[in-house]
Amino acid sequence: MADDLYKEHILDHAQNPRNFGPPTLALRKGEMILRVREANSSCGDLIEMYVTVKDKKEVVDVRFKGVGCAISTAAASLLTEAMKNEKWRIGNAKKFTDEDMVEMMGIEISPTRMKCVLLPLRALKKALAENEKLKIDPPAPEALEGHGNG
Amino acid sequence: MDIQAIRADFPILERKIHDKSLTYLDNAATSQKPRQVIQAIVEYYENHNANVHRGIHVLGDESTRLYGEARQAVAKFVGADDPLELVFVRNTTEGINLVAFSWGGENIKSGDVIVTSEMEHHSNIVPWQELAKRVGARVEYVRVHPETGELDLDHLGTLLKLRPKLVALTHASNFLGTINDVQGIAHLCKRHNAECKMLVDGAQGVPQMPVDVQKLGVDFYAFSGHKMYGPMGIGGLWVRKSILEKMGPFMTGGGTINEVSLTGTTFGELPDRFDAGTPNVAGAVGLKAACDYLSEIGMQNIREHEKKIINYAIEQLRNLAFVKIFGPTNLENRGALVAFTVKGVHAHDVAQVLDSEGIAVRSGHHCTMPMHMKLGVAGTTRASFGIYNTLEEVDQLVEGLQKVKNVFKV
Repeated sequence: MADDLYKEHILDHAQNPRNFGPPTLALRKGEMILRVREANSSCGDLIEMYVTVKDKKEVVDVRFKGVGCAISTAAASLLTEAMKNEKWRIGNAKKFTDEDMVEMMGIEISPTRMKCVLLPLRALKKALAENEKLKIDPPAPEALEGHGNG
Repeated sequence: MDIQAIRADFPILERKIHDKSLTYLDNAATSQKPRQVIQAIVEYYENHNANVHRGIHVLGDESTRLYGEARQAVAKFVGADDPLELVFVRNTTEGINLVAFSWGGENIKSGDVIVTSEMEHHSNIVPWQELAKRVGARVEYVRVHPETGELDLDHLGTLLKLRPKLVALTHASNFLGTINDVQGIAHLCKRHNAECKMLVDGAQGVPQMPVDVQKLGVDFYAFSGHKMYGPMGIGGLWVRKSILEKMGPFMTGGGTINEVSLTGTTFGELPDRFDAGTPNVAGAVGLKAACDYLSEIGMQNIREHEKKIINYAIEQLRNLAFVKIFGPTNLENRGALVAFTVKGVHAHDVAQVLDSEGIAVRSGHHCTMPMHMKLGVAGTTRASFGIYNTLEEVDQLVEGLQKVKNVFKV
């Protein structure tokens, strides 16, 4: 059971989390950092997530901090890695469901550990809600080029 | 004490967990139930079920009698003089809330002081914080020595100079394992101010040692049935009669009244005043069966048995360099539980690996966030022992922790 859960890739992500620590890249024009905190009240685990968005649409960078169990830390690492490797836009993040998150873990999750797995995604969804509320200056007309139906 | 005979009374101990024997070390959260308790509930529902009071038929009479007998047995088990001093509640939390709303609402005024401690379960903190907020009182917390896990009695002495109306403390900590000298503290409180009342959270007290509320000299004592081998959803609140007689109802409605008219209501006598709605008769019957079961074995024998287990567990865990244990170093004042951290491994992950070996423990903050914060840990893993646990099960716990070490390569 524990051997099924703590597979090598989970332990690897838990012990060497990717995208860990506050953002380091300097912001460019139209970019904003959405900083959110989400806690798991049953165990006191806390994640702080930093999503750098450009023009409210593109995810430029995503990083996280916080303490958590191996499962929630691996979940945060896997989620942020996918967002960057697959060059997610806000639309991708919005469509990403709890089921997708469980599938991404690649292990069987018991009901008691579901909260651990979903903590980073809850933080991401909170960041998306912040993004909706963002008021940024409309980009200059030339900046809109190349953004499709923008 | 014949542990094998006791184990045979608990059907659940036959369960296989991941194809392994169950090692149940989560007794401080809830204990398992012996066949005698389960049977008493089945017997009640199969043969005697009817609502209590005013049912002028055989089943109504039997049910009322069984409910009354349960009150007598449970009251006697905790040393009450009179069964009317025992209010049935759902659990310790409800008992404490009952005191906060009913007694507290009438007696705690703006500017008053309520004293509790840093080691309390949230259930003995939040009701007082909320009461204080409602009436404009304030809550002070007795400090706990981080190293010894014991109450700082000098600090208590300082707080008593504020002339608190109530001191609310746990009999035994569900995180540190500390057993508080509530008798000595009650004496101290009364010496400072004869009017000061003392409440004891007995959730972890009643299941593991003999409790005599009269001898303790306290005023309120709340406990849960499900932690003392009885069913969930039933517990007791003992209140000194002179105080309980003056307390108004907590919840109102059917059962609590003397006379109701459309212009007003007069409330009933004890114990009816605190029995709003149909009570948990089957639960009370089950709790009586648990009291009978424990009395048969003897609470002092249980305490001696569990002392042996916890002393052995602490000795074994101390040998593990990657494990840090919390709580009193003086084992005489220690209940049958130990909370610990494993270096570099989150408490949930420790529990998960132990579960894979069939070992049930608890992980997290155990509803004691302030004490965890004080010790600078987000969560701990807790092993808590009961009457059916054996020294071999402690060895299994130690082996399980070796597996944790291997899985996480610490």
